[in-house]
Amino acid sequence: MSDALVAVLLGLLLILAVGAVRAADLLVAAITLGVYGFVMALTWAAIGAVDVSFTETVVGAGATTVFFLAALLRTSRRRSAAPGRLRLGALLLVTAVGTLLVVTLHALPPLGDLAAAPSVHVSPRYLEGTRPETGTPNAVTAVVADYRGYDTLMETVVIFTAGLAGWLLLTREP
Amino acid sequence: MIERHDSTIVTTFVRLLVPLAQLFALYVLVHGHESPGGGFQAGVILAASYIVLALGLGREALDRRVNERLCLALASGGVLIYVLTGIVGMMLGRALLDYAALPLPVTPARARFFGILFVETGITLAVAGTLIVLFCRLGDTERE
Repeated sequence: MSDALVAVLLGLLLILAVGAVRAADLLVAAITLGVYGFVMALTWAAIGAVDVSFTETVVGAGATTVFFLAALLRTSRRRSAAPGRLRLGALLLVTAVGTLLVVTLHALPPLGDLAAAPSVHVSPRYLEGTRPETGTPNAVTAVVADYRGYDTLMETVVIFTAGLAGWLLLTREP
Repeated sequence: MIERHDSTIVTTFVRLLVPLAQLFALYVLVHGHESPGGGFQAGVILAASYIVLALGLGREALDRRVNERLCLALASGGVLIYVLTGIVGMMLGRALLDYAALPLPVTPARARFFGILFVETGITLAVAGTLIVLFCRLGDTERE
Protein backbone atom coordinates (compact mmCIF):
# COMPACT_ATOMS: atom_id res chain seq x y z
CA MET A 1 0.00 0.00 0.00
CA SER A 2 1.16 3.52 -0.70
CA ASP A 3 3.45 5.39 1.66
CA ALA A 4 1.16 8.41 1.48
CA LEU A 5 -1.72 6.45 3.03
CA VAL A 6 0.51 5.19 5.84
CA ALA A 7 1.78 8.75 6.42
CA VAL A 8 -1.79 10.08 6.69
CA LEU A 9 -2.75 7.26 9.09
CA LEU A 10 0.33 7.90 11.26
CA GLY A 11 -0.46 11.62 11.35
CA LEU A 12 -4.01 10.83 12.41
CA LEU A 13 -2.65 8.53 15.15
CA LEU A 14 -0.53 11.37 16.53
CA ILE A 15 -3.52 13.73 16.66
CA LEU A 16 -5.74 11.08 18.29
CA ALA A 17 -3.07 10.21 20.87
CA VAL A 18 -2.67 13.85 21.92
CA GLY A 19 -6.46 14.23 21.95
CA ALA A 20 -6.90 11.20 24.22
CA VAL A 21 -4.28 12.46 26.65
CA ARG A 22 -5.53 16.06 26.77
CA ALA A 23 -9.32 15.42 26.87
CA ALA A 24 -10.85 16.77 30.06
CA ASP A 25 -13.82 14.39 29.89
CA LEU A 26 -12.66 10.79 30.45
CA LEU A 27 -15.54 9.43 28.35
CA VAL A 28 -14.19 11.46 25.42
CA ALA A 29 -10.67 10.19 26.19
CA ALA A 30 -11.84 6.55 26.20
CA ILE A 31 -13.70 6.88 22.90
CA THR A 32 -10.75 8.75 21.34
CA LEU A 33 -8.51 5.89 22.42
CA GLY A 34 -10.92 3.46 20.73
CA VAL A 35 -10.68 5.47 17.50
CA TYR A 36 -6.89 5.43 17.94
CA GLY A 37 -7.02 1.62 18.12
CA PHE A 38 -9.11 1.48 14.96
CA VAL A 39 -6.74 3.76 13.01
CA MET A 40 -3.85 1.66 14.33
CA ALA A 41 -5.61 -1.41 12.90
CA LEU A 42 -5.98 0.36 9.54
CA THR A 43 -2.25 1.14 9.65
CA TRP A 44 -1.41 -2.53 10.23
CA ALA A 45 -3.70 -3.51 7.36
CA ALA A 46 -2.08 -0.89 5.10
CA ILE A 47 1.38 -2.36 5.64
CA GLY A 48 0.11 -5.92 5.10
CA ALA A 49 -0.03 -7.28 8.66
CA VAL A 50 -3.63 -8.49 8.45
CA ASP A 51 -3.59 -10.79 11.47
CA VAL A 52 -2.18 -8.05 13.70
CA SER A 53 -4.76 -5.67 12.26
CA PHE A 54 -7.55 -8.08 13.18
CA THR A 55 -6.26 -8.39 16.73
CA GLU A 56 -5.88 -4.62 17.05
CA THR A 57 -9.46 -4.12 15.85
CA VAL A 58 -11.04 -6.51 18.34
CA VAL A 59 -8.76 -5.68 21.27
CA GLY A 60 -7.55 -2.10 20.75
CA ALA A 61 -10.69 -0.64 19.25
CA GLY A 62 -13.25 -2.98 20.81
CA ALA A 63 -12.48 -4.68 24.10
CA THR A 64 -10.19 -2.00 25.57
CA THR A 65 -12.75 0.75 24.95
CA VAL A 66 -15.52 -1.26 26.59
CA PHE A 67 -13.30 -1.97 29.59
CA PHE A 68 -12.48 1.73 29.97
CA LEU A 69 -16.20 2.53 29.77
CA ALA A 70 -16.99 -0.16 32.37
CA ALA A 71 -14.30 1.33 34.63
CA LEU A 72 -15.90 4.76 34.18
CA LEU A 73 -19.21 3.29 35.41
CA ARG A 74 -17.59 2.66 38.78
CA THR A 75 -15.66 5.90 38.99
CA SER A 76 -16.20 9.38 37.61
CA ARG A 77 -16.08 10.93 34.18
CA ARG A 78 -14.08 13.86 35.51
CA ARG A 79 -10.33 13.98 35.80
CA SER A 80 -9.12 14.40 39.39
CA ALA A 81 -7.11 17.41 38.24
CA ALA A 82 -7.13 19.39 35.01
CA PRO A 83 -4.30 18.49 32.60
CA GLY A 84 -1.45 20.29 34.30
CA ARG A 85 1.31 22.50 32.94
CA LEU A 86 4.08 21.00 30.85
CA ARG A 87 6.78 19.26 32.85
CA LEU A 88 10.13 20.30 31.40
CA GLY A 89 12.08 17.21 32.46
CA ALA A 90 9.54 14.83 30.96
CA LEU A 91 9.35 16.86 27.75
CA LEU A 92 13.16 16.80 27.41
CA LEU A 93 13.29 13.02 28.00
CA VAL A 94 10.53 12.32 25.47
CA THR A 95 12.14 14.61 22.89
CA ALA A 96 15.54 12.95 23.42
CA VAL A 97 14.17 9.41 23.03
CA GLY A 98 12.07 10.47 20.02
CA THR A 99 15.09 12.07 18.34
CA LEU A 100 17.14 8.94 19.00
CA LEU A 101 14.44 6.78 17.35
CA VAL A 102 14.17 9.05 14.30
CA VAL A 103 17.97 9.26 13.91
CA THR A 104 18.35 5.45 14.02
CA LEU A 105 15.36 4.89 11.72
CA HIS A 106 17.52 4.58 8.60
CA ALA A 107 19.16 1.45 10.03
CA LEU A 108 15.89 -0.47 9.64
CA PRO A 109 15.47 -2.39 6.35
CA PRO A 110 12.73 -1.15 4.02
CA LEU A 111 9.32 -2.80 4.43
CA GLY A 112 9.15 -6.08 2.52
CA ASP A 113 12.89 -6.18 1.79
CA LEU A 114 13.68 -9.77 0.81
CA ALA A 115 17.40 -9.32 1.57
CA ALA A 116 16.81 -8.07 5.14
CA ALA A 117 17.99 -10.20 8.05
CA PRO A 118 14.50 -11.32 9.19
CA SER A 119 13.60 -12.38 5.64
CA VAL A 120 16.67 -14.57 5.14
CA HIS A 121 16.96 -16.10 8.62
CA VAL A 122 14.04 -18.29 9.80
CA SER A 123 11.20 -16.87 7.69
CA PRO A 124 11.98 -18.96 4.54
CA ARG A 125 12.07 -22.08 6.71
CA TYR A 126 8.60 -21.34 8.12
CA LEU A 127 7.10 -20.24 4.79
CA GLU A 128 8.34 -23.33 2.98
CA GLY A 129 7.47 -25.73 5.81
CA THR A 130 4.01 -24.44 6.72
CA ARG A 131 2.03 -26.28 4.04
CA PRO A 132 3.82 -29.67 3.90
CA GLU A 133 4.42 -29.85 7.68
CA THR A 134 1.17 -28.48 9.13
CA GLY A 135 -1.29 -28.40 6.22
CA THR A 136 -2.09 -24.82 7.15
CA PRO A 137 -2.17 -22.20 4.37
CA ASN A 138 -2.05 -19.25 6.78
CA ALA A 139 1.61 -19.14 7.81
CA VAL A 140 0.85 -16.73 10.67
CA THR A 141 -1.43 -19.30 12.34
CA ALA A 142 1.16 -22.07 11.87
CA VAL A 143 3.93 -19.93 13.35
CA VAL A 144 1.82 -18.66 16.26
CA ALA A 145 0.26 -21.98 17.26
CA ASP A 146 2.84 -24.53 16.16
CA TYR A 147 6.38 -23.33 15.37
CA ARG A 148 6.30 -20.80 18.20
CA GLY A 149 3.66 -22.68 20.18
CA TYR A 150 5.69 -22.37 23.36
CA ASP A 151 5.54 -18.56 23.23
CA THR A 152 1.80 -18.64 22.63
CA LEU A 153 1.32 -21.05 25.53
CA MET A 154 3.05 -18.58 27.82
CA GLU A 155 1.03 -15.68 26.36
CA THR A 156 -2.19 -17.54 27.10
CA VAL A 157 -1.00 -18.18 30.66
CA VAL A 158 -0.12 -14.47 30.99
CA ILE A 159 -3.59 -13.38 29.82
CA PHE A 160 -5.25 -15.85 32.17
CA THR A 161 -3.06 -14.84 35.12
CA ALA A 162 -3.55 -11.13 34.46
CA GLY A 163 -7.30 -11.61 34.19
CA LEU A 164 -7.36 -13.65 37.38
CA ALA A 165 -5.33 -10.99 39.20
CA GLY A 166 -7.71 -8.28 37.98
CA TRP A 167 -10.70 -10.35 39.04
CA LEU A 168 -9.22 -10.93 42.51
CA LEU A 169 -8.49 -7.21 42.93
CA LEU A 170 -12.06 -6.29 41.95
CA THR A 171 -13.52 -9.03 44.16
CA ARG A 172 -11.68 -7.87 47.28
CA GLU A 173 -13.85 -6.47 50.04
CA PRO A 174 -13.51 -2.68 50.13
CA MET B 1 -25.95 -2.61 37.57
CA ILE B 2 -26.25 -2.20 33.83
CA GLU B 3 -29.94 -1.71 33.01
CA ARG B 4 -31.76 -2.95 29.94
CA HIS B 5 -31.72 -0.29 27.21
CA ASP B 6 -34.99 1.65 26.75
CA SER B 7 -34.99 1.71 22.96
CA THR B 8 -36.67 -1.17 21.09
CA ILE B 9 -34.31 -0.53 18.18
CA VAL B 10 -31.29 -1.21 20.39
CA THR B 11 -32.68 -4.33 22.07
CA THR B 12 -33.88 -5.81 18.76
CA PHE B 13 -30.55 -5.10 17.13
CA VAL B 14 -28.70 -6.73 20.03
CA ARG B 15 -30.92 -9.82 19.75
CA LEU B 16 -29.98 -10.09 16.07
CA LEU B 17 -26.32 -9.21 16.54
CA VAL B 18 -25.38 -11.55 19.38
CA PRO B 19 -25.99 -14.91 17.62
CA LEU B 20 -24.32 -13.59 14.45
CA ALA B 21 -21.29 -12.42 16.43
CA GLN B 22 -21.01 -15.80 18.14
CA LEU B 23 -21.27 -17.60 14.81
CA PHE B 24 -18.58 -15.29 13.44
CA ALA B 25 -16.38 -16.06 16.46
CA LEU B 26 -16.69 -19.77 15.70
CA TYR B 27 -15.87 -19.09 12.05
CA VAL B 28 -12.79 -17.05 12.98
CA LEU B 29 -11.64 -19.89 15.24
CA VAL B 30 -12.06 -22.81 12.84
CA HIS B 31 -11.10 -20.84 9.73
CA GLY B 32 -7.92 -19.47 11.31
CA HIS B 33 -5.88 -22.02 9.37
CA GLU B 34 -6.95 -20.49 6.07
CA SER B 35 -7.58 -16.81 6.74
CA PRO B 36 -6.54 -14.09 9.18
CA GLY B 37 -7.75 -14.76 12.68
CA GLY B 38 -7.48 -17.55 15.16
CA GLY B 39 -8.11 -18.40 18.77
CA PHE B 40 -7.27 -15.04 20.27
CA GLN B 41 -9.48 -12.97 17.98
CA ALA B 42 -12.29 -15.53 18.26
CA GLY B 43 -12.11 -15.35 22.05
CA VAL B 44 -12.38 -11.58 22.07
CA ILE B 45 -15.33 -11.64 19.64
CA LEU B 46 -17.08 -14.28 21.76
CA ALA B 47 -16.56 -12.18 24.89
CA ALA B 48 -17.70 -9.06 23.02
CA SER B 49 -20.96 -10.77 22.06
CA TYR B 50 -21.77 -11.34 25.74
CA ILE B 51 -20.71 -7.79 26.63
CA VAL B 52 -23.02 -6.39 23.93
CA LEU B 53 -25.75 -8.59 25.36
CA ALA B 54 -25.23 -7.07 28.81
CA LEU B 55 -25.10 -3.51 27.44
CA GLY B 56 -28.26 -3.91 25.37
CA LEU B 57 -30.51 -6.25 27.35
CA GLY B 58 -29.17 -5.53 30.82
CA ARG B 59 -27.01 -7.39 33.27
CA GLU B 60 -29.75 -9.89 34.14
CA ALA B 61 -29.76 -11.15 30.53
CA LEU B 62 -26.04 -11.87 30.85
CA ASP B 63 -26.38 -13.49 34.28
CA ARG B 64 -29.07 -15.84 32.96
CA ARG B 65 -26.58 -17.24 30.43
CA VAL B 66 -23.19 -17.21 32.12
CA ASN B 67 -21.92 -16.70 35.62
CA GLU B 68 -18.52 -16.02 37.11
CA ARG B 69 -17.81 -19.61 38.11
CA LEU B 70 -18.57 -20.84 34.60
CA CYS B 71 -16.34 -18.18 33.01
CA LEU B 72 -13.46 -18.91 35.38
CA ALA B 73 -13.88 -22.63 34.71
CA LEU B 74 -13.85 -22.00 30.94
CA ALA B 75 -10.77 -19.78 31.22
CA SER B 76 -8.84 -22.32 33.30
CA GLY B 77 -10.14 -25.12 31.08
CA GLY B 78 -8.79 -23.30 28.04
CA VAL B 79 -5.30 -23.02 29.49
CA LEU B 80 -5.58 -26.68 30.53
CA ILE B 81 -6.50 -27.75 26.98
CA TYR B 82 -3.42 -25.97 25.65
CA VAL B 83 -1.10 -27.48 28.28
CA LEU B 84 -2.53 -30.99 27.86
CA THR B 85 -2.22 -30.83 24.06
CA GLY B 86 1.43 -29.94 24.58
CA ILE B 87 2.09 -32.55 27.26
CA VAL B 88 0.57 -35.47 25.33
CA GLY B 89 3.42 -35.21 22.82
CA MET B 90 5.89 -35.19 25.69
CA MET B 91 4.29 -38.27 27.29
CA LEU B 92 4.65 -40.15 24.02
CA GLY B 93 8.37 -39.50 23.89
CA ARG B 94 8.42 -36.43 21.64
CA ALA B 95 9.04 -32.77 22.39
CA LEU B 96 6.62 -30.54 24.32
CA LEU B 97 3.96 -29.14 21.97
CA ASP B 98 4.98 -31.49 19.13
CA TYR B 99 1.47 -32.03 17.75
CA ALA B 100 2.71 -34.67 15.28
CA ALA B 101 2.93 -37.01 18.29
CA LEU B 102 -0.78 -36.67 19.07
CA PRO B 103 -2.43 -40.11 18.93
CA LEU B 104 -4.67 -39.37 15.93
CA PRO B 105 -5.14 -41.76 12.99
CA VAL B 106 -3.87 -39.21 10.46
CA THR B 107 -0.63 -38.10 8.82
CA PRO B 108 1.80 -36.01 10.92
CA ALA B 109 0.94 -32.86 8.94
CA ARG B 110 -2.78 -33.43 9.56
CA ALA B 111 -2.06 -34.14 13.24
CA ARG B 112 -0.30 -30.75 13.48
CA PHE B 113 -3.34 -29.19 11.77
CA PHE B 114 -5.59 -30.61 14.50
CA GLY B 115 -3.07 -29.78 17.19
CA ILE B 116 -3.25 -26.14 16.10
CA LEU B 117 -7.06 -26.32 16.23
CA PHE B 118 -6.95 -27.77 19.77
CA VAL B 119 -4.66 -25.09 21.16
CA GLU B 120 -6.58 -22.35 19.34
CA THR B 121 -9.77 -23.62 20.97
CA GLY B 122 -7.98 -23.46 24.31
CA ILE B 123 -6.90 -19.88 23.64
CA THR B 124 -10.47 -18.92 22.66
CA LEU B 125 -11.91 -20.29 25.91
CA ALA B 126 -9.15 -18.73 28.03
CA VAL B 127 -9.50 -15.28 26.45
CA ALA B 128 -13.32 -15.26 26.33
CA GLY B 129 -13.69 -16.49 29.93
CA THR B 130 -11.15 -14.00 31.25
CA LEU B 131 -12.68 -11.01 29.44
CA ILE B 132 -16.28 -11.82 30.42
CA VAL B 133 -15.41 -12.32 34.07
CA LEU B 134 -13.44 -9.06 34.13
CA PHE B 135 -16.30 -7.18 32.49
CA CYS B 136 -18.80 -8.63 34.98
CA ARG B 137 -16.68 -7.36 37.85
CA LEU B 138 -15.97 -3.97 36.32
CA GLY B 139 -19.59 -3.36 35.41
CA ASP B 140 -20.76 -4.42 38.88
CA THR B 141 -21.50 -1.14 40.62
CA GLU B 142 -23.89 -2.58 43.19
CA ARG B 143 -21.30 -4.14 45.45
CA GLU B 144 -19.46 -0.92 46.26
